[in-house]
Amino acid sequence: MIRLEKRPMPSRTLPMITPVIAVIITMIAGGALFAVLGKDPIEAIRTIFWDPVFGEFAFYYRPQLLVKAAPLILIAIGLSLGFRAGIWNIGAEGQYIMGAITGAAVGLAFYPTESIFIFPLMVVAAAIGGWAWGMIPAFLKVRFGTNEILVSLMLVYVAQNLLSSMALGLLKNPEGMGFPGSRNIATNASTSSWINEAAGLHWGIVFAFIAVIFAYILLYRHILGFNIQLSGEAPRAARFAGVNPTRLILFCLGVSGALAGMAGLFEVAGPAGQIKIGFNVGYGFTAIIVAFLGRLHPVGIVLAAMLMALTYIGGELAQGTLGLPSAAIQVFQGMLLFFLLALDLLTNYRIAILPRRAF
Amino acid sequence: MTKPLLAISGLTKAYPGVVANDDVSFEIGEAEVHALLGENGAGKSTLVKMIYGLVKPDSGSMLWQGSAFAPSDPKTARASGVAMVFQHFSLFEALNVAENVALGMENPPPMRDLARRIREVSETYGLPLDPDRTVGDLSAGERQRVEIIRCLLQDPKLLIMDEPTSVLTPQEVEILFETLNKLKAAGTSILYISHKLEEIRKLCDHATILRLGKNVGECVPAETSARDMAELMVGDTLQTPTRSAEKAGEVVLDVADLSLTPSNPFGTSLKNITFDVRAGEILGLGGVAGNGQDELLAALSGEARTPENTLKVNGQSIGKFGPNRRRELGILAAPEERLGHAAAPDMSLTENALLTGRIRENLTSNGFVKWAGATSFAENIIKAFDVRTPGPHVAARALSGGNLQKFVIGREVLQRPTVLIVNQPTWGVDAAAAAAIRQSLMDLAAEGAAIVVISQDLDELMEISDRFGALNEGRLSDIRAAAGLTIDEIGLMMGGAHGMEVAQVQDDAAQGASA
Repeated sequence: MIRLEKRPMPSRTLPMITPVIAVIITMIAGGALFAVLGKDPIEAIRTIFWDPVFGEFAFYYRPQLLVKAAPLILIAIGLSLGFRAGIWNIGAEGQYIMGAITGAAVGLAFYPTESIFIFPLMVVAAAIGGWAWGMIPAFLKVRFGTNEILVSLMLVYVAQNLLSSMALGLLKNPEGMGFPGSRNIATNASTSSWINEAAGLHWGIVFAFIAVIFAYILLYRHILGFNIQLSGEAPRAARFAGVNPTRLILFCLGVSGALAGMAGLFEVAGPAGQIKIGFNVGYGFTAIIVAFLGRLHPVGIVLAAMLMALTYIGGELAQGTLGLPSAAIQVFQGMLLFFLLALDLLTNYRIAILPRRAF
Repeated sequence: MTKPLLAISGLTKAYPGVVANDDVSFEIGEAEVHALLGENGAGKSTLVKMIYGLVKPDSGSMLWQGSAFAPSDPKTARASGVAMVFQHFSLFEALNVAENVALGMENPPPMRDLARRIREVSETYGLPLDPDRTVGDLSAGERQRVEIIRCLLQDPKLLIMDEPTSVLTPQEVEILFETLNKLKAAGTSILYISHKLEEIRKLCDHATILRLGKNVGECVPAETSARDMAELMVGDTLQTPTRSAEKAGEVVLDVADLSLTPSNPFGTSLKNITFDVRAGEILGLGGVAGNGQDELLAALSGEARTPENTLKVNGQSIGKFGPNRRRELGILAAPEERLGHAAAPDMSLTENALLTGRIRENLTSNGFVKWAGATSFAENIIKAFDVRTPGPHVAARALSGGNLQKFVIGREVLQRPTVLIVNQPTWGVDAAAAAAIRQSLMDLAAEGAAIVVISQDLDELMEISDRFGALNEGRLSDIRAAAGLTIDEIGLMMGGAHGMEVAQVQDDAAQGASA
């Protein structure tokens, strides 16, 4: 009989290195997967992890790294606050879409006005859009005790359909010759999130780093961060310490919703350029992996987001040069989370093999 | 001298980092009640687990009626005639008594025969128990009887009892002791584990005292004073808490007609609780666990809100205030559950000092944590309450129960409360630490604080309280002066024996009260 036994004294340092071990195991298992697909595993791994940063065309791919990492950082920072408190917002993808819609809508409403005030207004609108979408599971949870995991996840599909409807209806480009999708807002200086497109620098990157610093101070210097961690580790002790669980739920889901919404705007007003069907590419879900891979620590999240950005870019590269199926890279990302969670389990538990005995 | 029933020689068992039993030897005679005495962590449980076949000794040997005895599992131990009543019951609440007994048997007889045998045994040994009742409806004392009868049906030669009285009212203890005496008269030996010295003096023929895994002495309890046994157990001279008699001051905490439905569906509702506590006074609240102690603490600490005017401190209604507003007013609390309620297990002592010390120790400014202040507050607690730990960076779960309890109590006492509510302040704490905690509570009262001590340890309550009341099913008995209360009176305040024959006594008492 195999049984999991709780370790009496789990290692304190092991959780710091498990992400690295998980990455290595993922490379090995991923390599095996590619080998089964008939590709040279070494070359595939090199194409994904090495070439984008150090390869022949690295000058093109390196700026892309931050462009892909920024939304992941923004979303994951917000999620990490909730995850630490035991509040599981799985629907960041929906909040990301809603932020993109509301933010872009404000930008489109001002078309063709030019003003430096439009873009800040769009950011605020996006934050409110994401926040409001996050408030739905929050409100239902505090009022009726619903499960925020299910509600937030299901709202992703609602948001996706809303996005399609917007791209085909309200926000459709009147001069688009009937094609679905809005006007391009990235090409208009007043509504674009690019600071320097050639260098791969947009406002999302700036906001991502502000969010990292903000989260770090909140978590390690402020009583609110202490209360968040306390609620996650010992809910009863948190109540004893005077933490109001209702307010904490509203805060965590609100902040993560707002950050995801802003991430949506920076994407739609920059790299994506327009509201269109399927504009979201799963950053909201990948950010969950990023948050855990980064140990819910702000600095860890930055590193994890860079790694995930690398798998996105390297994956595309591998698709092009090696003909890997696009699903392979998603499997790859999924494996990373799987191995990480498995290793986490094993740091807290050990496998005991018991002799079979009659009791 | 006759051959002993069980002779243990040189038993040793080590776990990583700790030697639980170190070369322990003693003998249990036929028809002897043998006490195994020791503080928490002295190695009593490991020792009996070896006898019961749950743990294998590293070295040493046992002789059962003269022949080698090394049970590999509980089944073999039971076959030899060893039976054990655990401290924590393993009963199914939804099944009735007979069904529960049948589940523990190797070859259960038909239900009707079993019910008859249960009745026989319960009559023979004076353990009133109806085999058809559902276990969920039984009191803790009655559940223990189910476990005992389950053991007796095996006709054991040695019955091991692990802290059997910790869940019983004094009347139930009386019934248990009569049963044990009858068993002894019938030739059964009993290994009785406890740290309650008066019980052992009353019941046991012989005692073996363990300290830090070693056998440090044997004695005949009836001829040894409780103090001498305690000192053997602790290995040190014991400081008896002392207090100077002070005149009680004004009423500080006033609880009037407090009723509360718990948020937890398995909790106990509080019903019309009324009491007051004066400055400089300690009110002791006794009662068997699960009779509303947790709920009362939650209502007083602010974790549960109560209607306006049911709780007043110095005349101000505080029922609607949360824990931190109450802390501002000097109302502090220390819950029973150390890990997870009073302290966060994986957080450091510094963080745990911040947990309740934030308001009164002024550990935040504009919401930003003053970590240096929190660390020095934690260091103060560690120093003032002799918490044995490398430093404030250590996680709460790494501390032993007694040391963490000293930290939890010290954290509140050092914040100079005007009202302090503590639940089970010395639960699972060694005698020396318990004495230190009680002394600190008395000193705090002498400085003018109003203190409520909720505890299941009646000796403790009698030692430190000025007045005493008992919780029973969410109701509070009348509050009486602690001095001069007899153990019988206390037992009745706690709700008697929860048994059939004692219900009679309770009725009489009720009539006496109304007359």
